[in-house]
Amino acid sequence: MTELDPVLLSRIQFAFVVSFHAIFPVFTIGLASYIAFLETRLFVTGKKVYEELAHFWTKIFAVVFGMGVVSGIVMAFQFGTNWSVFSYAASNFLGPVLSYEVVTAFFLEAAFLGILLFGRHRVPPGMHLFSAFMVAIGTFISSFWILSANSWMQTPAGVELVNGHFHMTSWGEAIFNPSFGWRFAHFALAAFLTGGFVVLAMSAWYLLKGTAVESSRKALASTVLLLAVLAPLQMFVGDMHGLDTLEHQPVKVAAMEGAWETRQGLPLLLFAIPSQSAERNYLEIGIPKLASLILTHDLDGEVKGLKEWAPEDRPHVFTVFWSFRVMVGIGILMIAVALTGAFLYWRGRLFDTRWYLRVCSMMAPFPFIAVLAGWFVTEAGRQPWLVYGMLRVEDGVTPSLTGWMVLLTLIGYILVYAAIFAAGLYYLSRIMRAGPHAYPIKADDGTGRPKRPMSAVDTAIDDDLDKKAPHRS
Amino acid sequence: MELIDLTLIWVGIVSFAIFMYVIMDGFDLGVGILFPFAPGDQARDDMMNSVAPVWDGNETWLILGGAGLLAAFPLMYAVMLPALYIGVFLMLAGLIFRGVAFEFRFKARGNRHLWDYSFNLGSTVAAFAQGAVVGAYIQGFNTENMQYVGGAFDWLTPFTVMTGLGVVVGYALLGVTWTIIKTEGEVQAWAYRLAPKLLATLMLFFLIVSIWTPLAHERVMARWLDNLGVLWIFPVLTLIVAATALRALMQRKEVVPFLCTLLIFALFLLGMAISKWPYAVPPTYTFHEAASDPGSQLFLLLGFLFVIPIVLGYTAWTYWVFRGKVSGKTGYGH
Repeated sequence: MTELDPVLLSRIQFAFVVSFHAIFPVFTIGLASYIAFLETRLFVTGKKVYEELAHFWTKIFAVVFGMGVVSGIVMAFQFGTNWSVFSYAASNFLGPVLSYEVVTAFFLEAAFLGILLFGRHRVPPGMHLFSAFMVAIGTFISSFWILSANSWMQTPAGVELVNGHFHMTSWGEAIFNPSFGWRFAHFALAAFLTGGFVVLAMSAWYLLKGTAVESSRKALASTVLLLAVLAPLQMFVGDMHGLDTLEHQPVKVAAMEGAWETRQGLPLLLFAIPSQSAERNYLEIGIPKLASLILTHDLDGEVKGLKEWAPEDRPHVFTVFWSFRVMVGIGILMIAVALTGAFLYWRGRLFDTRWYLRVCSMMAPFPFIAVLAGWFVTEAGRQPWLVYGMLRVEDGVTPSLTGWMVLLTLIGYILVYAAIFAAGLYYLSRIMRAGPHAYPIKADDGTGRPKRPMSAVDTAIDDDLDKKAPHRS
Repeated sequence: MELIDLTLIWVGIVSFAIFMYVIMDGFDLGVGILFPFAPGDQARDDMMNSVAPVWDGNETWLILGGAGLLAAFPLMYAVMLPALYIGVFLMLAGLIFRGVAFEFRFKARGNRHLWDYSFNLGSTVAAFAQGAVVGAYIQGFNTENMQYVGGAFDWLTPFTVMTGLGVVVGYALLGVTWTIIKTEGEVQAWAYRLAPKLLATLMLFFLIVSIWTPLAHERVMARWLDNLGVLWIFPVLTLIVAATALRALMQRKEVVPFLCTLLIFALFLLGMAISKWPYAVPPTYTFHEAASDPGSQLFLLLGFLFVIPIVLGYTAWTYWVFRGKVSGKTGYGH
């Protein structure tokens, strides 16, 4: 038994905490915009069906957002606990960026979420609508800053390194660093796709069951059309992001393609088992020259292979290679489902093609897997660097850490997160199974005081929904 | 930049963020600490409803404290977090369990008591850990070459256990005086009965800390004895405020006890700051040594001057929207 390695364990811990956290915001960002859309339709048309949908999805939003908030607080401190040397070195940039995220986004989300959840009958309808927009905008501002920070770690700019400490030379170059634009677009679309496919899946499922038919038809039709635009667009943006990566982090692209040798006419590998130690792939199946065509827009374009870099400067190829294939595979699946749906809608068959509804109802987990896989590609592909080309991972870890401290807290986080994740999924599945019809909105009770309506957090759902106690709906 | 001491401004801003956090999340953590003692499930519902719309915003001040430290005093961030590694984990775990309880408790009927425990234990552990952090800060940190070099449990001493318990009691007092404002009837009567006991306990802790800290730390002792001509104001003011709070409780005033408790916390924090000034990472590094580049401090300061007033504005507005009593009978029906 060798000694516990605090660097490896810290990496595992960080990967675990971030992966766990990431699935919540990526869903709530898309969903917040959907709720703002529904609230707008409600405000403009006054139709009950939009109120039903807005109310229902806000309920789900509240649970997921709550889990995102509590797991996100960990992130604000984990830079310091496990990566203190990195935090200190990069503080001149990361400190202000993360602080700006807090003051421009987190406060906005928190304050207006309170109004959105609890204020429907306490503020005028216009104010309630405004709150829905503020929450949605807040989620985007937040992702702007956090992706800027992450992107800077991938393609650092606007700084100079003096004695292990980063000093700013240009804020503009650092915030809008070379890979930021496409990365942000890629992430924002991923968030919309995630929210969209969850709404799509749930609506299809209600239609199969024959519950909440009117609202589910509305939701299904609007998300199908949106996704039919966004899913292909994501492929384009992803491609641009990839070209950008080829320019700034070519070794990451080499790992994504499983290319060991520098060569012209690189094949697009559909299957391979890359071996880090043997510096080659086993069981390769590929389409000749396609990778060169995609990456260089030339069938015989030259793409650099992993062997151009020293072994200790290469990312873990197997992880990057397969994460990339999972992400792209799911992306293609999403495009197929969305376009099929748009076609069915055009033919007027969207609501009664049962096999299609069944496919849709199973789509909910896939965008989450794709997002995590994409995140693995970009983060594992950055290795062995914390700040690409400037600070290595093992040089950024907290010196006073011992392996058992990290192991202990890693086990702790896993237990804590497992407990709240299990509970969260349980309550979410209860809300979803009950469906939009189960949550009618109570009007004012006429006592002359603003009475809180059925809010997102106050409904007991693990008993009979039809027999609600009079004082507790 | 010689005209303006940016570092000093940032000491002010970070102190303000920490103070905002303590008083705002303090009362909702306090509600959690008091949870098991509340008279019945209806009382618990009311207490939780009184903080449900605002707790998220309150806790955001903690994240601002962390990010602000990284931005303005990165050395404090990079030394204190490793030094408090286990304590920080406990605090975060506590905040997680307590945060999800807001969402889950009202969705559970059969196992609601589990989320009651989660809310209570989470709040108590988080409050204790924060108090221990304060104690550890007073103790100081072992550093070499701008890095923490001590062990995992250096922070855990009888002194920090005491400050941890002190903060639990202090938050409970914030929570109970908040409950007085937000409830009526039976719950409020219970809160009125409990508040004086908590106030007395807090004063006891105040006495212990005031004696223990100077005895254990020569520098603190010297600071207070050298400046006794001015600093005597602090303990006297604290006692006057506490007496005012007690009188207001006896007279069944609703808002004054809460305001007095806030003042007591302000005096505590100010007293601690005076004891440790000018050290950011006691006993070695001053605030100027712990500061980030002036360019970074300025870049963030310009944004803060513009954004923080807006944040305070809409935060105040949400409190205004949710003003008034929560009660199963009249206001916040479910």
